[in-house]
Amino acid sequence: MSADFLYTLEVILNGLMAGVMYSLVALGFVLIFKASGIFNYAQGVMALFAAMTLVGLQSGQIPFAHLINAIFGTDLHHFGWQMPALLAIILTVGVMVLFAIIVEKYILHHLVNQEPIILFMATIGLAYFMEGFGDIMWGSEIKTMDVGIPSGGSFWLEEVTMTWAAEGERYWGMYIDKLDVVATLVALVLVISLTLFSQYTKTGRALRAVADDHQAALSVGISLRTIWVIVWSIAGFVALVAGIMWGSKSGVQFSLSLIALKALPVLMLGGFTSIPGAIIGGLIIGVGEKLFEFAIGSVYLGGATENWFAYVLALVFLVFRPQGLFGEKIIERV
Amino acid sequence: MKFKQIATVALTTLAVSAPVAADLMFPSLSYRTGPYASGGIPFADGYADFFTMLNERDGGIGGEKAVVEECETGFSTPKGVECYEATKNNGALVYQPLSTGITYQLIPKASADGIPVLSSGYGRTASADGTIFPWVFNFPTNYWAGASRIINHIIDNDGALEGKSVALLYHNSGYGKEPIRTLEALAEKHGFNFTKLAVDHPGQEQKSQWLQIRRERPDYLLMWGWGVMNQVAMQEAANIRYPMENFYGIWWSGTELDVLPGMASHGYKAANFSVVGSDFPIYDELQKHVIDKGLAAGDGSSVGSVIYNRGLYAGMVVAEAVRTAQAMHGVSNITPAMMRDGLEALNMNADAYARNGMSGFGPDFQITCEDHGGTQMAIIQEWDGKSQEWKMIGDFEAPDMDVIGPLIQADSEAYAKENDITRRDC
Repeated sequence: MSADFLYTLEVILNGLMAGVMYSLVALGFVLIFKASGIFNYAQGVMALFAAMTLVGLQSGQIPFAHLINAIFGTDLHHFGWQMPALLAIILTVGVMVLFAIIVEKYILHHLVNQEPIILFMATIGLAYFMEGFGDIMWGSEIKTMDVGIPSGGSFWLEEVTMTWAAEGERYWGMYIDKLDVVATLVALVLVISLTLFSQYTKTGRALRAVADDHQAALSVGISLRTIWVIVWSIAGFVALVAGIMWGSKSGVQFSLSLIALKALPVLMLGGFTSIPGAIIGGLIIGVGEKLFEFAIGSVYLGGATENWFAYVLALVFLVFRPQGLFGEKIIERV
Repeated sequence: MKFKQIATVALTTLAVSAPVAADLMFPSLSYRTGPYASGGIPFADGYADFFTMLNERDGGIGGEKAVVEECETGFSTPKGVECYEATKNNGALVYQPLSTGITYQLIPKASADGIPVLSSGYGRTASADGTIFPWVFNFPTNYWAGASRIINHIIDNDGALEGKSVALLYHNSGYGKEPIRTLEALAEKHGFNFTKLAVDHPGQEQKSQWLQIRRERPDYLLMWGWGVMNQVAMQEAANIRYPMENFYGIWWSGTELDVLPGMASHGYKAANFSVVGSDFPIYDELQKHVIDKGLAAGDGSSVGSVIYNRGLYAGMVVAEAVRTAQAMHGVSNITPAMMRDGLEALNMNADAYARNGMSGFGPDFQITCEDHGGTQMAIIQEWDGKSQEWKMIGDFEAPDMDVIGPLIQADSEAYAKENDITRRDC
């Protein structure tokens, strides 16, 4: 095989896996939108907050230490323990559930039946509050995420594929990051579980009923409050998964909240209400942007085309399918 | 009555919060929040701690208290300009914008307002030409000099670059694009192939760029990154096993935040214009007069770090310029115009460093009316994975002025033409 063909294949494979990483973020948006009709602007910040909490618990960091020290003149930093990753993950899930309960009780509960734009604005406020709150709670320094996920190129794959290229061609074997492979497997399990949950469980059906009409769902005895707590808890869990994967790449820092920007074109393309759509959308965006950068962007346009090209791709899809590839078509009678 | 009460409260608040007219005012356009906060906090802490030390130990500079007025920019250019507008009438003596984007915006504004701007190691490189940029200074060095210093270091240590390849991984912003012109000129002079790899803000996703690096295997890789871009790039370099000893960063990519734990970043190098470490008498003074008294700007965790040192250095050169201005004009309460005179007569020699307890902390240089850039010397540091610390290798050295000099002149002339500026007669 020619090296060019193999490199193209490598770009496609890496694009697919980058797409999965985008989908992990998009999933959180879909879950909340599907169940409550809210576009949750705070999803990226939730991923940051969950990751900060996980690392903080794992390393035994004392929450609000900076604040306590500033007020009382103490010198507190750490409890002195190193918590096992699994226990820290479980406790972080607990924190995200608590977060969901607080959001429902103090924000959503007061906004039942309000216009979607009001709910959207509430999540903007929530995002900025959480940014500051997370900083005060855990500090703004960069933290290392280490929950034991392997990362780096696969030597095995490189060696196996090294001989695929025709003799004399400059080819170094296929590159795939092990972290991306783990993320793909995790995303697969998440999507299957969430789809089954949403389609085949009583709670899942209740979630969909609430999404269709708050008042109608209430009239048939569905507890809106419980459903919202459940859905925000699941979105918090998905945010934690996204935070772990992205945090393992870049460290846990403020920029983690900006990964939400990578999820928007995925949502536009896959639809706001489809869990499989988030995955397929992510794959199309991932491959599309990487291939464009490889074949055109870096050669003719000076590179760095991925950010804007993802949105162009999503816009093109929107023109032909405004509800996204898998979104529900909205028909309203006049 | 009600109006009187409100007026009294407002006046009292103003009297308490506004700096006393005789104070020496140094606005600090800091960024303690946002995607680049982890780098902005240590600088702001170092800058503030230096002036706190002077106030506590010496009662200020020449008898005048130094006041550092922080304004949060979040590393955003519009916010930086807002900060400038909000603080310029408080008696601001000099601005250090801490962002190339903000510097570009402040150059015409501050020049019109008659307030000096100091952009050490960032900003518009051509502002080293004092005849075109009378109010802007960028000593002790700049991005073009940094690029040249790195290329010189490679040639000195590994031999000629003829026929070899050098790639630049850069933040796709004014800052990241700054060294391109110089590297193109250096590529022509030394005969190496030069490739550019842009990374969009904030730099969380760089897979395409690193696949390209893996395919093309450049002999040397240079990085102009900031914030998360640095951490992701370092992880990706380790992932593809790019040889760290051939990987060089500019000073904003050469901090403790940018390297990986263990030996993964061992051998990575970066240019710098102030040295690393805390083995200087200034640190004893800081401990005694600032940290022990609980007056430090931060929580102490960044004291002694690369960027904290840079903040200290920024404070020290400004304080030296103030002393120079006070001596020149015979007054302690100087104006921004006098401050410019002090900056234009600044002589950072061994004595100046020694009297600040910072011998060898930065390069020697002297500023004049024509030359606002100084010797443009930089030093190379290397990350030691075993001891988990940066170590200086070599000494402060000047860049290739045969290449940089004409570039600075051409750019400053172009700026003068664009803005209808007549060259100042020095």
